[in-house]
Amino acid sequence: MGTDAIPSTRDRESLDRVVIKFAGDSGDGMQLTGDRFTEVSAAFGNDLATMPDYPAEIRAPAGTVAGVSAFQVHISDHDISTPGDTPNVLVAMNPAALKACLRDLMPGAAIIVNSDSFETRNLDKAGYTANPLEDGSLDAFTVYEVPMTSMTLEAAKETGAKPRDAERSKNFFALGVVSWMYSRPVEPVSDWISQRFANKPIVRDANLAAFKAGFNFGETAELFQHAFEIAPAVLPKGRYRNITGNVALAYGMLAASRQSGLELFLGSYPITPASDILHELSKHKSFGVRTMQAEDEISGIGAALGAAFAGQLALTTTSGPGIDLKSETIGLAVSVELPLVIVDIQRGGPSTGLPTKTEQADLLHVMFGRHGEAPVPIVAAKSPGHCFDAALEAVRIALKYRTPVFLLSDGYLANAAEPWRIPDVADLPDLRVEFTTEKNHGEEFWPYLRDPETLARPWAIPGTPGLMHRIGGLEKEDGTGNISYEPENHEKMVRLRAAKVAGIAKDIPLLEVDKVEGSRLLVLGWGGTWGVLHAGVYRARARNRRVDLAHLVHLNPFPANLGEVLAGYDRVLVPELNLGQLSKLLRMDYDVDVVGLNKIKGIHFRASEIESCIMELTD
Amino acid sequence: MIEETNGHAATTTTNGHAEPVTFTRKDFQSDQEVRWCPGCGDYSVLTAVQLLLPELGVAPENLVFVSGIGCSSRFPYYMNTYGLHSIHGRAPAIATGIAVARPDLDVWVITGDGDGLSIGGNHLIHALRRNVDLTIVLFNNQIYGLTKGQYSPTSEVGKVTKSTPFGSIDHPFNPVSLAIGSEATFVARTHDMDRKHMQETFRRAQAHHGSSFVEVYQNCNVFNDGAFEAVTARDARADMLIDLHHGQPIRFGKERERGVIMNNDGETEIVEVAAVGEDRILVHDETRHDPSLAFCLSRLADSPSQPTPVGVFRAVERPVYGDTMNRQIADAQEREGEGNLEALLNSGATWEV
Repeated sequence: MGTDAIPSTRDRESLDRVVIKFAGDSGDGMQLTGDRFTEVSAAFGNDLATMPDYPAEIRAPAGTVAGVSAFQVHISDHDISTPGDTPNVLVAMNPAALKACLRDLMPGAAIIVNSDSFETRNLDKAGYTANPLEDGSLDAFTVYEVPMTSMTLEAAKETGAKPRDAERSKNFFALGVVSWMYSRPVEPVSDWISQRFANKPIVRDANLAAFKAGFNFGETAELFQHAFEIAPAVLPKGRYRNITGNVALAYGMLAASRQSGLELFLGSYPITPASDILHELSKHKSFGVRTMQAEDEISGIGAALGAAFAGQLALTTTSGPGIDLKSETIGLAVSVELPLVIVDIQRGGPSTGLPTKTEQADLLHVMFGRHGEAPVPIVAAKSPGHCFDAALEAVRIALKYRTPVFLLSDGYLANAAEPWRIPDVADLPDLRVEFTTEKNHGEEFWPYLRDPETLARPWAIPGTPGLMHRIGGLEKEDGTGNISYEPENHEKMVRLRAAKVAGIAKDIPLLEVDKVEGSRLLVLGWGGTWGVLHAGVYRARARNRRVDLAHLVHLNPFPANLGEVLAGYDRVLVPELNLGQLSKLLRMDYDVDVVGLNKIKGIHFRASEIESCIMELTD
Repeated sequence: MIEETNGHAATTTTNGHAEPVTFTRKDFQSDQEVRWCPGCGDYSVLTAVQLLLPELGVAPENLVFVSGIGCSSRFPYYMNTYGLHSIHGRAPAIATGIAVARPDLDVWVITGDGDGLSIGGNHLIHALRRNVDLTIVLFNNQIYGLTKGQYSPTSEVGKVTKSTPFGSIDHPFNPVSLAIGSEATFVARTHDMDRKHMQETFRRAQAHHGSSFVEVYQNCNVFNDGAFEAVTARDARADMLIDLHHGQPIRFGKERERGVIMNNDGETEIVEVAAVGEDRILVHDETRHDPSLAFCLSRLADSPSQPTPVGVFRAVERPVYGDTMNRQIADAQEREGEGNLEALLNSGATWEV
């Protein structure tokens, strides 16, 4: 195999975009296969979006539909914003994978199956009574039967790998086939395999052999009529890399630590789909990050709040079930007015719900889920790369206003990848804070003497001579911070805390609207749906519909101009992966005709769903 | 009950002052009125701590008192130090964050039998297991006082309270046994009727590097008066308290006529010294790596109505959580240099557009 990625001996067809889904048993290495294909496509200059989809059980019974693990990647020569609605190509490593993914395919899609796996036992486990490769049920699709297992074994023979081990390389065979089909360069994958398995030469050689065999199979086998090319996308100038939401969020917190001059402290308890932030930050000790895997969610946030009291940049990361447990400490953070970022990577609920599936159903929980009047600002990331910016923004608000801040992401953003223009470190915001070091009220230090503009209280950390003070969850007297049960004081403090959070509206960007002339319909979203809403709106516009688009990053408080924006439309379409939580907040605060588009299936919207809803509303 | 004596004035230096500064009890008293019930045992613990601190040479600004919820948890408000009155049961978790972030601080946790052993049991055992550098003082009054008199996880079986009109059916925890079972490196017991004993115990606890756990028998004169009187009353102590001293035979009684042996069943047992001979009396070794004997000693009395050991049960060295965490950071920085954000953001496969 040469370095020339483009097979020369066969016809090539030019495509502008393709959606490929790799699906197999959870032990088949599909996430890794998808990752590699994504990296290579990104390096090739395609724009892309990915979506892993794996079972909650680490090892569900092999061969069953419950055990199917899949990875969908959308690559394109233009700016794209979603992992794609329906795959153009499905790679199915076994009957269960075919069964689980078939419903997503449109007629005409290509299916590449590992035909070796379509034997009675596997068909039974997948719940097939007849072999779908033989009974005509796949007639609407273009099916490529490739005996991947046997060809992988054959290819790996020379390497000395035992057949049982060699068989595990079949995912690289599949990757080779698809790499050929879409004219991917081969060297990055070969190099990666060589490095990754450098310590296991037999595994390395078997994987390399399987990958080459798959690529060559595409080149020479008669059953592939075409290879496809997808040209690089036109993206804004800059240096790019691929990034998932969780890694971007972790990097954003490291950047915030540097920009604030505060050491980062993460108190966390493992939970899907947030654990990767803990994993990522645990690696970067050289940045002075302290990561503590606590005994439970409560302790994770408790330790973080303690670190905030001691003068560090405090972070806790979790998903919805963890927010339940952290609520009391968030209430304390509201009361003691210390900076703290609480990350909620939302997943399907209620209760344990759907740990590996995405949802946006925690908005009202983080908005209201505390006893007493306990307002907390909310920032929501809108794309994997945006998790970086959202982290910096959450920290900015927390530090400036001395308040806990929710940073919302979701299971989709957490694991999905997109090309990310790497920011210039010199352009990052200045987040420096000054600890209080002097008495602020004559000969006394008053821990609740507020900044008249932000209403933030002073942050005086232990070790500072002369500023010893006691704070806690009991109501405090305005100014002195001493315990107070006075009725007038309590109302004053409740109103001050509310005014402090409401006042942040003056300090966040106005809502920008992507407008077309004469539109009477606004599509308004928040959080991880940004990409799909963008795609849906642009498709509707391509069909001559007048529709505007706006997306909320700040959910509490809302941007100051939100009411004015909403008043400019006859109707506002609010698509959400919940039963209408933003819709409720909008109806509460504004006189507006909100139409909800709600989906609660643990999976994302499709752009076509947004598009058809817009078509209906603009008919 | 409270003797108004000043502690020894010690000299120390504080941040920003080159010349030695002498602290007195007054330096550790806040301007807040102490509001425990008159006659509460908490007053004497507060006095013991405020009198001890000037001797320890720690400046008020370098002390942090963290508490949960309950009568004892009001303690930080009365200390002119940094303080955090937090959430029911969560003080060890919050204090862990402070201690790990700031090894330069002297962090104390003030908790009670309800706060520390019931709602906060999990945080307590994990702080002890990790050996976080904390001095944890558990006020055990065997009752819920702040909520006005329900039984607690240290109340005896059969206790009649507002929530157990027919008697408690819960088997109680023995806090010292629990701490030893939780891998604590320093475990001690003292009581509110003996300021000198409290101070010596707190002094040892504060000096210990790592988690130190001190159970204080504390009288709640309103809801559970006299719970410890059988062992702590002035005239009962000699016969009912077994004061543990490292390297000394474990003996007690007015004439030190009784002692503790390990019997043939592998249990500790109280005996007449004259009956078994001095050689058989156990010599207390708080530094034993194996906690079994310390645990046995903690089981000598089922309740504070039998001869009860007080003093330091266990004091061993083990790596301290915050030290190890900070060492990993220092090692990484030595190995890789201080984190370079630009290099990190540009790591992995990148490409130019």
